[in-house]
Formats: sequence, C-alpha cells, structure tokens
Amino acid sequence: MNWPALTVFIALFVFVTGLGFAAARWRAGDLSLLSEWGLGGRRFGTFVTWFLLGGDLYTAYTFIAVPALIYGAGAVGFFAIPYTVIIYPILYLVFPRLWRLAHRNGYVTSSDVVLGRYGNRWLALAVAITSLVATMPYIALQLVGMQVVIGAMGVQGDGLIGDLPLIIAFVILAAFTYTSGLRAPAMIAVVKDVLIYIVVIAVAIWIPYKLGGFAPVFSAVPPAKLLLTPPAADTYGSYSAYATLAMGSALALFLYPHSMTAILSSSSPNAIRRNAALLPAYSLVLGLLALLGFMALALHVGGNPAYADGFKRYGNNFAVPALILETFPGWFAGIAFAAIAIGALVPSAIMSIACANIVSRNLYKGFLRPNATGAEQTAVAKIASLVIKAGALVFIIFVPVPFAIQFQLLGGLWMSQVLPSVILGLYLRMLNGWALLAGWAVGASLGTWMAYTTSFKAAVFTVTVLGTSFPSYIALWALGANIIVSVVLSVLLKPFVAPAAGHAIAAD
Amino acid sequence: MATPPAPEPRWHWTRFLFILPFIAMFWVSSYNRVEPALFGFPFFYWYQLLWIVLAAAIAGIVYKAEH
Repeated sequence: MNWPALTVFIALFVFVTGLGFAAARWRAGDLSLLSEWGLGGRRFGTFVTWFLLGGDLYTAYTFIAVPALIYGAGAVGFFAIPYTVIIYPILYLVFPRLWRLAHRNGYVTSSDVVLGRYGNRWLALAVAITSLVATMPYIALQLVGMQVVIGAMGVQGDGLIGDLPLIIAFVILAAFTYTSGLRAPAMIAVVKDVLIYIVVIAVAIWIPYKLGGFAPVFSAVPPAKLLLTPPAADTYGSYSAYATLAMGSALALFLYPHSMTAILSSSSPNAIRRNAALLPAYSLVLGLLALLGFMALALHVGGNPAYADGFKRYGNNFAVPALILETFPGWFAGIAFAAIAIGALVPSAIMSIACANIVSRNLYKGFLRPNATGAEQTAVAKIASLVIKAGALVFIIFVPVPFAIQFQLLGGLWMSQVLPSVILGLYLRMLNGWALLAGWAVGASLGTWMAYTTSFKAAVFTVTVLGTSFPSYIALWALGANIIVSVVLSVLLKPFVAPAAGHAIAAD
Repeated sequence: MATPPAPEPRWHWTRFLFILPFIAMFWVSSYNRVEPALFGFPFFYWYQLLWIVLAAAIAGIVYKAEH
C-alpha cells in the first residue's frame, strides 16, 4: 500500500466531492427544469465551456489509453493528434449552427433536433438508441482508468472487495450528479484541469531533464515503432489507416451525446467559436501525454519486476501509472492519480447526464408520456442518470476489459452513423426521414459486419479497388454507404412523400 | 429560454484557411520521417504538434476577421 499517494488521493477526492454538492448553488437556477439540471441553464460562457468540453474530450481513458497505445504500438497511436487538429475547424464551422437551431426550439438532445427537422419519430428513436448504446461502454471505460490508478496505489484485491473503492467512487459521483446536474462536472472540471496541467508539465520537464533531453526518449523507441510503416506500391497501407482513423474519430466526436450536451449548454455561438481557438491548448497537453508512452519505454518500466504485477493485471494501460511511480515521490503520485481519477468523474458525469436527457426527452416523453411536464422530465432524467451509472459499473465489474474496448469501438462506428441525420440536415433540405433511417441501418449493419470480419479486434477494414488497397477506419466506410443510401433514397422517395412536417424547417 | 443571441457574424473568406489543417494532416507521407529533428523530436512528432498551434491560430484569425 502506497500511503503517501493514497492520503493525497483521498484528500483531493473528498475536496472534489464537496465541490460537486456545492455546485447546485452555483448560478442557481430552477433545478426542476431539464434545461437547468441537464444543460446548466444554457448559461456557460467561453471560460466554463472551455473546462466542460475539455473535461469531456480529454478523459481519464484518453490519458491512460493513448500513451498505452504509443507504448505498445508506437507511431500509429499518435493519430490522436491529427484527430485533435481537425476537430476544431469542424467545431467552428458546424456547431454554432446547431446551437442556434437548438436554442430557438428548446432542443436538449440531438434526437430532439432530428425529430424537429424531419418529424419522424422512428428516426429520432434510432438516433436516441444509438446515442445510448454508444455512450454506455464509454462510461464503463472511464472506470477502467480509475481502476488502474487505484490498483497502482496498492489498493487491490479479488472479487467484490477489490471493486469496493470503485463502487464508493461511483456512489459519490451518482449522488452529486443527482443533486447538482451539469453544474457539478462543470465545476469539478476546473480542479481536474489544474491538476492535469501540473502533472503533465512536471512529467514533460522532469523526465527529459533526468534523461538529458527528448533525444534519449525517442532513441529508446524501436525503429519500427518510431514511424508509420511506409506502404507498399499497391496499397495506401498505414497512411490511409492513420488519416481515416483521425477523420472518422473527429466526425464521431461531436455526435456523442456528452459533446452535444457540453456544446448546447454554452451561452452563445461565439462561446463555441472562441473555444475552437482555445481548446487546442488541451491538445498540446494530450500530445505531451502521448509521449509518456515512449518515456515509459525509455525508463524500461515494463521490465521492472516492481511493476510486473500491474502490467499483468492491466496490460499496457499500466504504462503511465508505472512511469509515475518510478519517477515521482508518493505524494506527487497521489496528485497524478487523483488527476486521472477526477478526470474519469467529469466525463462520466457529463455522459450520464447526456444519456439521462435522452431517456427523458426522447424515450419517456417521445414515446411513453407525450404530455410530460418539465418537472416530470427532470425527475425521470435524474433517476435515469442513476440507472445508467449503475449499469456502467455492473458492466465493468462483470465484463472483461477487452470486451468493453471492443464494444466502445463498435460504439464509435455506430455513433458516426447519425451524422447524416443530425448534421447534413442542417445544410440539405432534400433529405427524407425514412431515407435517413434506411441509411442509418445500412451504415450500422455494414460497419458491424466489417468489424465482425476482424473478430471485433481491429478498427480498420481494407477495401481493394482496381488492384489498389485502401485500409481505412470502418466507421468511414460505413458512413460513406450511409450517406449514399440516404441521398439516393431521398431523391427516389421525393415524388411519393409529402414534405417533412418538421417545424424547424420553416423556422430556419 | 435565455435572451436571444447576437446576430450571426459576417461570413469571411478566411474560413477557407480551415482547409489547410485537413490537407496537412491527411497528407501522411509528407511527414512520416525522422529528419529534420527539432529539440530531439523526430519530424513526425513535432510537425503534428505544430499543427495544433497552427490550427488554433487559424481559428483565432477567422474569429477576429468575422467579429
């Protein structure tokens, strides 16, 4: 048991818990309204949106998994960087438009947007279910990050006792999300970011200082891992895989309900646009964090018997915790681990709130009780947020981690299939709700089949055209098929279907 | 509902600059190499990190131009 680390860790965790409950009174609103509980009253300015979106997009799982991928697979893991480069032009260009539409019509979820646009409740249902199914394993993976750092402090055991710290952390999370809604993660995100910046700057300065610069870090990397493998003449090989992984992940990102929630909770389109220029500060941190994977190689933590047990339990996900334990005194390791654990709380809270909004608005009000009042919707959302978190906890305790990762991979490709419905509809008036539903079904099935052919292990599928191979991210192939079906069917259906009755079209 | 937001900003031609990060990042063969290294970072790594800053600068430029 690493007592110094554990003491600091628990102290920070208690502090954050207090903050989570106090958040209910911050810029207090009527928390019985869903837009207050679930969107913070749409009052978050540039500054808070920066922390909220940052806490959302750069999660504990990112901090553990990206360096772990670099540690294990090398350069290909760096695709997280081009991904973060291209998400911000997309944020700037597309999402202010969506915000306006949502603001004018009181939409809370992307499913609301689709229902307003096309008046097709089955399409709205498909979008709602896709969002829920894709986000659940994502919440579960946040717990993996928490599990690894708790284990790294020597708190581990088998069976239910071993999972107890995780269960306690999640009960706390559930309690303050229930009372404070979106205000809680927004406030905690500030603490999380301060901690993360301290840790990353310390690591990125201290370790190269000890080794004598960054050159020894990179020279410790096996040459085959340092760069992408240049492709042979008849294929785009690792290049197309790298670029499409970045592109596909970027397209899916803002469709996830938790990003949508953070975007819609901002106070104006300009708060979103300013963040397109300000959020990349996090990307630099992520880039430095990614390199921790190479630092772990340079310090040979994998061969150190002190960490053998950790690597056995958590695989390459243990690379960053091992590196921190190897380099820093116990109390600082406590800060670093607290940063990662709190980095899991923030997105888990936002994700569960986002899912709860969907359950309440699009399943309960949409299908069960069309006349539900605002207070009733909020009550349902609060209970749903508890059920969703409990579900994620059960998932991670009983389902093996590799399975959760495969599930998240599928989640990403399913999530991107709502792009034509949610985003293209902002620009194209010719799309038809039923055609979009067909496109969604084709895209999701094709993607799932492609993933099945790799036994759900790889994100990349190779298509060969005229003797040239294009290995590309499955989500993009699926999205391509989806868009073609949506557009072609919309054209074919046009003479037979009355124009969509959605009120948003007239208003826009 | 909160107060109505400010009117949409003018659409400015600088928005076309947003194409640059996409071209740069998708053209993988242009940066998959070690030299020239910078502060011990192989080109592959510092070039992509540099684009984070450039893309942020572009967003800043477009925002300034439109407001």
